[in-house]
Amino acid sequence: MNHPVGYNADHRLRWTEWLPWVVALAVFFLLPDYLSLGARVLTYILFALSLDLILGYAGIITLGHAAFFGLGAYVTGILSAKLGVNDPLLQMLCSACAAGLLGLATGALVLRTHGLTQLMLTLAVAAVCLEVANKATPVTGGADGLSGVTVAPILGLFRFDMYGRTAYLWCLVLVFGGWWLIRRLIYSPFGAALTGIRENSVRMHAVGAPVYKRLLTVYTLSAAIAGIAGALLTQTNQFVGLNVLGFEPSGELLVMLILGGVGRLYGAFVGPLVFLIAQDFLARQFPEYWYFGIGLMLVVVVLFARGGILGISDAVIARMRRKA
Amino acid sequence: MSAALETRGLCKSFGALTVADRIDFRLESGARHALIGPNGAGKTTFVNLLTGLLRPSSGTVLLGGEDVTALAQSGRVKRGLGRTFQINTLFRDMSVLDNVALGVAERHGVAGGFWRPASGQRAVREESLELLARLGIADEAGRRVLDLPYGKQRLVEIAIALGLKPRVLLLDEPAAGVPSLESERILQALDSLPEDIAILIIEHDMDLVFRFARRITVLVQGEVLCEGTPQEIADDVRVHQVYLGERHA
Ligand SMILES: Nc1ncnc2c1ncn2[C@@H]1O[C@H](COP(=O)(O)OP(=O)(O)O)[C@@H](O)[C@H]1O
Ligand SMILES: [Mg+2]
Repeated sequence: MNHPVGYNADHRLRWTEWLPWVVALAVFFLLPDYLSLGARVLTYILFALSLDLILGYAGIITLGHAAFFGLGAYVTGILSAKLGVNDPLLQMLCSACAAGLLGLATGALVLRTHGLTQLMLTLAVAAVCLEVANKATPVTGGADGLSGVTVAPILGLFRFDMYGRTAYLWCLVLVFGGWWLIRRLIYSPFGAALTGIRENSVRMHAVGAPVYKRLLTVYTLSAAIAGIAGALLTQTNQFVGLNVLGFEPSGELLVMLILGGVGRLYGAFVGPLVFLIAQDFLARQFPEYWYFGIGLMLVVVVLFARGGILGISDAVIARMRRKA
Repeated sequence: MSAALETRGLCKSFGALTVADRIDFRLESGARHALIGPNGAGKTTFVNLLTGLLRPSSGTVLLGGEDVTALAQSGRVKRGLGRTFQINTLFRDMSVLDNVALGVAERHGVAGGFWRPASGQRAVREESLELLARLGIADEAGRRVLDLPYGKQRLVEIAIALGLKPRVLLLDEPAAGVPSLESERILQALDSLPEDIAILIIEHDMDLVFRFARRITVLVQGEVLCEGTPQEIADDVRVHQVYLGERHA
């Protein structure tokens, strides 16, 4: 369902909003062979949620969100592989802070611009990060990446097992936390103000809103959440490489979100799920057609269903209700 | 006593085109003041300079005696400056209530709250609904703005500005293209505002201008041609030549 926010909105949980968590737990108990794919999906859901917050609600267009994801991934990787800091919570915290700081610093510039300039600037930030990671071989491992990442038991209690059970649940807990935080935020006056900025920033200025400050706040927060998603990726893979940075992961994330539906919170769940499962099955069997297939899906969604997969399902449900 | 709003030597050029040319202007508190002039005279630009949407090339803007030339729009709104737009500038995909509530929440200082739900802000909601009722569109509170007919969208445009409880209100052609029922409501809402609010209205409808305004300024090609009471303006030969004459020709 589409989620209207603001002073009229009903912020109470609908039963459909429990579905993702029921499904996630069902996967844990019923499909133990798919936990590593599941952890990957969960990681990208958190990453996509962070993008939906700024793109779908605040209307900030970015092609460089992987800069924050990648920084988070590298911070955790470097902490463990180079400095021997293996506590997952501490890694997470450092990744979130580093990515948040980068968001604050680059946002201060990026958010002063609009449209195409903004898009190019976000792209440039991600490109610079990629180049730095590529060149700083002693720290990042360069093109070889960083292996030898170890993660200590969570709170000293829960060891990361070889079946990926702990990793999966750890991802689930963080996605749940991120979802809960973002959900509160979009239903709050702050969330309404972000939507107002997206809808008409000229008028937001004219009603006395500190538009730039609001945007910078949400950009920083979104970057920090993306950094947490990046840290999750490193912790569950125990490896980090250049593929977490740059244009490609940023673009892929955007594709996932558009596929699922932008600005509706749960598009960030559906998009990565469909994309990554399709990738897992199709890319293995038809490696040469995989991108073509995704491209085709994207074209169909953009042309015929602006609301993504969730938009289509909304329309179908509405039509069935009308018939009934 | 200082004016509610004042400009001194206000200039604005877009490249070679001078749109505001050394404008000295005073809006007294409690004023009902109209700004008229042919299309392209620079009226909208003048309002944009007053609110801070545009930076002047030179000159100063004073709000209640305080120099606000360097102040951003939000700072001027906080000091009591409100405006409407000639072309609807609304939050189209949001509810009518939200359109008003966003500004009311800013004034209440609760718009940055990110933890409690917006729908729990009762004071903001009630004040917004009350305002909508005053403009006769309370029934539309839950509808999306883009689903409303133009006349009602125009009322929302006014409601947003009134929600700021401005002490100086700038209205850029509020009744342009509006059916008579809605334009009557707009006038009633303006009449019901406290007397001490200073209102500057840009309007082409001369009946409306003469009904509403106690003072009129005529702007032509970015320059103030003359200023006076409605009677003085109606009798001014120059005004007839450049403006009224052109319209009645
Ligand atoms: N942003 C802009 N850039 C260039 N020219 C502009 C801009 N805004 C307005 N103008 C020009 O300034 C002149 C005055 O416009 P405006 O203030 O809208 O007049 P009015 O409201 O009196 O009809 C017009 O010739 C218009 O084309
Ligand atoms: Mg105009």
